[in-house]
Amino acid sequence: MSDDDQTYSAAAEVGMVRQRRSRLQRIRIGLKSAPPTAWFGMIVILCYLFVAAFANFIAPYGEADTSFPAYLEWGAQGHVFGTDQIGRDIFSRLVYGARNTIGIALVTTLLSFLIGGSFGLMAAINRSWLDQILSRLVDVLMAIPGLIFALMLLSIFGSSTIGLIIIIALLDSTRVFRLTRAVSLNVVVMDYVEAAKLRGEGLAWIMRREILPNIMPPLVAEFGLRFCFVFLTIAALSFLGVGIQPPTADWGSMVRDNASLIQFVRPWMAADSFGANWARLIEDLKLASPPLLAAGAIALLTIAVNFVVDWFLHKTSGLKE
Amino acid sequence: MHPIVRTVIQRLLLGVFTLFIVSLIIFSSIEFLPGDFGEAVLGQAATKETVAAFRRELGLDLPAWQRYLEWVGGVVQGDFGQSFSGRASSGQDRSRSVIELIGPRLQNTLFLAVLTASIAVPLALFLGITAALYRNSVYDRVVNAATLTTIATPEFFVAYILMLFFASLWSLFPSLSSVTPDMSLGDRIYSATLPAMTLTLVIVAHMMRMTRAAIINLLASPYIEMARLKGVSQSKVILRHALPNAWAPIATVIAFNLAYLVVGVVVVEVVFTYPGIGQTMVDAVRTRDVPVVQACTVIFAATYIVLNLIADIIGIITNPRLLHPR
Repeated sequence: MSDDDQTYSAAAEVGMVRQRRSRLQRIRIGLKSAPPTAWFGMIVILCYLFVAAFANFIAPYGEADTSFPAYLEWGAQGHVFGTDQIGRDIFSRLVYGARNTIGIALVTTLLSFLIGGSFGLMAAINRSWLDQILSRLVDVLMAIPGLIFALMLLSIFGSSTIGLIIIIALLDSTRVFRLTRAVSLNVVVMDYVEAAKLRGEGLAWIMRREILPNIMPPLVAEFGLRFCFVFLTIAALSFLGVGIQPPTADWGSMVRDNASLIQFVRPWMAADSFGANWARLIEDLKLASPPLLAAGAIALLTIAVNFVVDWFLHKTSGLKE
Repeated sequence: MHPIVRTVIQRLLLGVFTLFIVSLIIFSSIEFLPGDFGEAVLGQAATKETVAAFRRELGLDLPAWQRYLEWVGGVVQGDFGQSFSGRASSGQDRSRSVIELIGPRLQNTLFLAVLTASIAVPLALFLGITAALYRNSVYDRVVNAATLTTIATPEFFVAYILMLFFASLWSLFPSLSSVTPDMSLGDRIYSATLPAMTLTLVIVAHMMRMTRAAIINLLASPYIEMARLKGVSQSKVILRHALPNAWAPIATVIAFNLAYLVVGVVVVEVVFTYPGIGQTMVDAVRTRDVPVVQACTVIFAATYIVLNLIADIIGIITNPRLLHPR
């Protein structure tokens, strides 16, 4: 721009020294344009992470502390959400559940990206026998529905947390492999990769400095989606009773242990007044809250992650509808 | 040979090959069992002779390839061997054959799947086409947000919410669906309503979103623009011009989601204690009854593979570019 603020000259703007924005600035600009759904998602995710990180400071009691009377009501004897069928504090279990469930899902997703991502990159660069073998193997593994395969493997190796993480990570890495291979195939053929090869750069350098930065956006979005998927799979397995084993607190098994409470909600009577019905419903819902709170916690987190991923994909794909 | 026939045959052969490899994987699962699982199944008090007899019955003294051939031969004829449960350490064998255990339950699951599909498919098509028709309207946004939410929610949460509203608060349907063979068709549908509703909600979301995307994808093509420039109305553009070309992706989506039903059915059956094959499988996993788990895995995997194969083949034969080879 010229010195005079009133006039604008295109030539001056083009001739201006281009300043590269710092990463922080770019993030701030990106966040400014985020829609409310994405903001909602990010705030929810941050809250969850906070609770998970500081679980032992937030939770008033231990996760497996059974020293209280069973089925206490809301607020009774300092138990915010009451106690469950063997007298464990529901609120504490929800808080510890955040740490265990999110932690295990996160470790599993990281492991599956480590396996799937590195094999995907290798297959894309190698393009010969290695690519063929890995791709056919992945085809076969993906032909069996994931939850069913996981159930079969768990019946053989038994349900331990380590086993659960490895099994889910291996099964999930097939999808990461496919995506990584597909997106990096487009990058591998680029001239700058060729140039780096001619410069004499090693394979690891090319993978890390030339290919990885260019395939990051789809991989980051996929990380969010895969995290949701892994999280839901582990929750479903725990709900079925073959995932995370007691006494570890986790949301899937909390739903399972307390699910029968939902059936004790009394029906809405047309004969009674609205107020009487409503009071009864609130009372019953408080009683039936443990499974609904745990399942709601799972649902809220996956919805939040989906909102953020949706926005991120929209932003990085450059789509303007 | 006509190129379509050739491609279809190629796909079929690939499908058979996949089934073969999958059967190998499932069969070899028993190889990875810990060495002392004979004692685990028969109990601590089992004598050496009973354990040896048990191992002989499983054929563990034969080479692996021979056992595989016998197992596959049995599976093809519907014989999945004997269940591990019901065996005592004394050597007394009260176990039942696997097919006797899962046969009736397989029928129940198929019934549930057919019931769900017959509600979900028309509903998803209707929602998807109307959402594409009124794109970016309030209706489209509401349907989109609702489906994104149901996709992201675990099946059991949807199930319990439905149970809370339609079984506890408003006693319209039974909260636990028990289906027995001597029930009439109407009774069976009535007691399977809540599980079917849950599954419908879950798969309609996927199908609707993909249908909408398939149609909107086509709307960018030049021939649609031509139709628009001619002054054809919006609804006619979608129904007459876009939809016929979208049938192939939509059919693929439907078959793909019916395959997804296979997985969803496990959780939903456990929630509503519906006597289906999914619940049998979960029980068997918990008691580590490997033959039953193997049989269920074979059935689930085969259904999944066949449905995906059908989706592929529909995609191939409805592709007009392959119909008229140059």
